[in-house]
Amino acid sequence: MSNHKIPSSIAQTFTITKFELLNYFRSRRFIIMLGIGVIIGALLTLLVGHYRPSGFLTSSIDFYSSWWGTSATYIVILSGIFFGGDAISGEFQNKTGYFTVGNPIRRSSIYAGKWFAAFIASFMIIVAFLAITVLNNFYYFGFNMPYQFLESFLFTVLYLISVLGLTFFFSSLFKSSSIAILTTVVLMLFAFSLIQNLIDAFVHIEPWFLITYGAGIIGNILTVPYPLHTSTVHFGHVAITSYAVTVPEGIAILAAYFIVTAILGLVLFERKEFN
Amino acid sequence: MQQSIEAVKLTKKYGSFTALSDLNLKLEGAKCIGFLGPNGAGKTTTLKLFTDMIRPSEGHAMINGIDVHSNKRSALSSCAALIETPEIYPSLTPMEALSMIAEIRGVPSEEQGKRIEESLSEVKMLEWKDKKVGKFSKGMKQRVNIASVLISDPDIIMLDEPTTGLDPRGMSEVREIVKSLKRKNRLIFMSSHLLNEVTDVCDEVAMIDHGKLLAYDTISNVILKFSENGSNVIEIGFSRIIDDSIMAEIGKLSNVKRASKIDETNIRIEISGDIKVQEELLYELARMKIGMISFKPSASALENTYLNMIKEAL
Repeated sequence: MSNHKIPSSIAQTFTITKFELLNYFRSRRFIIMLGIGVIIGALLTLLVGHYRPSGFLTSSIDFYSSWWGTSATYIVILSGIFFGGDAISGEFQNKTGYFTVGNPIRRSSIYAGKWFAAFIASFMIIVAFLAITVLNNFYYFGFNMPYQFLESFLFTVLYLISVLGLTFFFSSLFKSSSIAILTTVVLMLFAFSLIQNLIDAFVHIEPWFLITYGAGIIGNILTVPYPLHTSTVHFGHVAITSYAVTVPEGIAILAAYFIVTAILGLVLFERKEFN
Repeated sequence: MQQSIEAVKLTKKYGSFTALSDLNLKLEGAKCIGFLGPNGAGKTTTLKLFTDMIRPSEGHAMINGIDVHSNKRSALSSCAALIETPEIYPSLTPMEALSMIAEIRGVPSEEQGKRIEESLSEVKMLEWKDKKVGKFSKGMKQRVNIASVLISDPDIIMLDEPTTGLDPRGMSEVREIVKSLKRKNRLIFMSSHLLNEVTDVCDEVAMIDHGKLLAYDTISNVILKFSENGSNVIEIGFSRIIDDSIMAEIGKLSNVKRASKIDETNIRIEISGDIKVQEELLYELARMKIGMISFKPSASALENTYLNMIKEAL
């Protein structure tokens, strides 16, 4: 008869991570996402090589600012959607949860295991894009890596952590994978940016509650000197105030998004029933 | 300590709809219990409560005395369950999918390969062990699901209509697996609406309808208690043709109310009495040396009883 000792929850978490990653690497979504990352990198390489825009080629830090500062957030958002969008909802909709949840394992281990797998898979995509970025910079400027770029990379990783927290939350909130993915896409790619622009134009308050505003540190850190926290432009009688997130503020926003959404997502998953 | 499954005032409500109402049921020892009921009766709800896939509105689901909801890891450590028809990550092979479950359940790494191959062999899927599950038919997936229940060699096994999606040969093989588990002294709780399956495999039966337990006893006692005329029906198989003289002799045995032929080698007898009477009858028939090779409660009798009970519960 069975007398096996059930492994610790941490060990079970890594088991889930291992097999989830295996599933990702075998599935089309990893190849597609890697392809998207490589295509964006290749297109930028061709465009910069052909048109040689001054914004890219003035200095190494300008290059990183124009290249990484504008593209990395999209790579993060797409990775988050690809790997996190249906991570939890798929367990209900596709019934894969029925294979694991009925075992002696905490749901938190399943949630965390899947989160780590999504993080590792997304991180690999970002590293692939990073490699293309660094190689291009090496071609134009030699081996020159400003410390601001390392900071920007770390902020990108923090943004990835935060985005995955949010996508997992939506994935826990909905049982339908398509609704979970659609909600994340609309919010991350359109709604947050739109709200931020509307606030800038009409409300004149700092949008500290938006994750995309917090992610501004990825690009801002590559701007020398660091942009002013507030700047006002006058168009006749109309004044438009725009805000640039500071580094401590950005880190706090991204961390808060992760902590809050991770807790909420986990609570939802713990409470959700397999009906 | 004997392995046990116990529902204590177990209730599950969805708004105003009560899926399971105040279920009190204790199953213990090494045996197979069939869990019978029509669609929507509460069978799957009960099994889901025992695996913490859903939460009870009231009451407790206990495995080996441990509350599943408050201490899932301990409660399910010696229990494996197959609920509905789970899907496995399509890009994994059976070997990988079962490795995941083996790791989760703490099967030592040096035993995993052997245990997985044995389990796959038992469900006749060994030759598919390195193929991706995504290409499998529903029946093949269900075989892998059954293998996942076997790999950790659990003391308690819960099966929710395990033959769903299987072809007749697959159904028969699953029944043989359940019988072999019984021989290994496991406690098996198996929901089904296939009465011949329950009669063939199970020792006891729990009947449920509209979320309420209607009966729990041995199959013979349930038939005896709830049949229309208070009698029990047994089907007996022989290795030779049964002629009229033998039929007459059987008809004269004590407690036999009626004996009739099903075909040349199988007969059906109606008896009055409980399990003791059956024991005596089996002894008498064996003494007659007439080539008896099987002796089991009649599926059709269970069916009649079941239909009576469901009708009464309406």
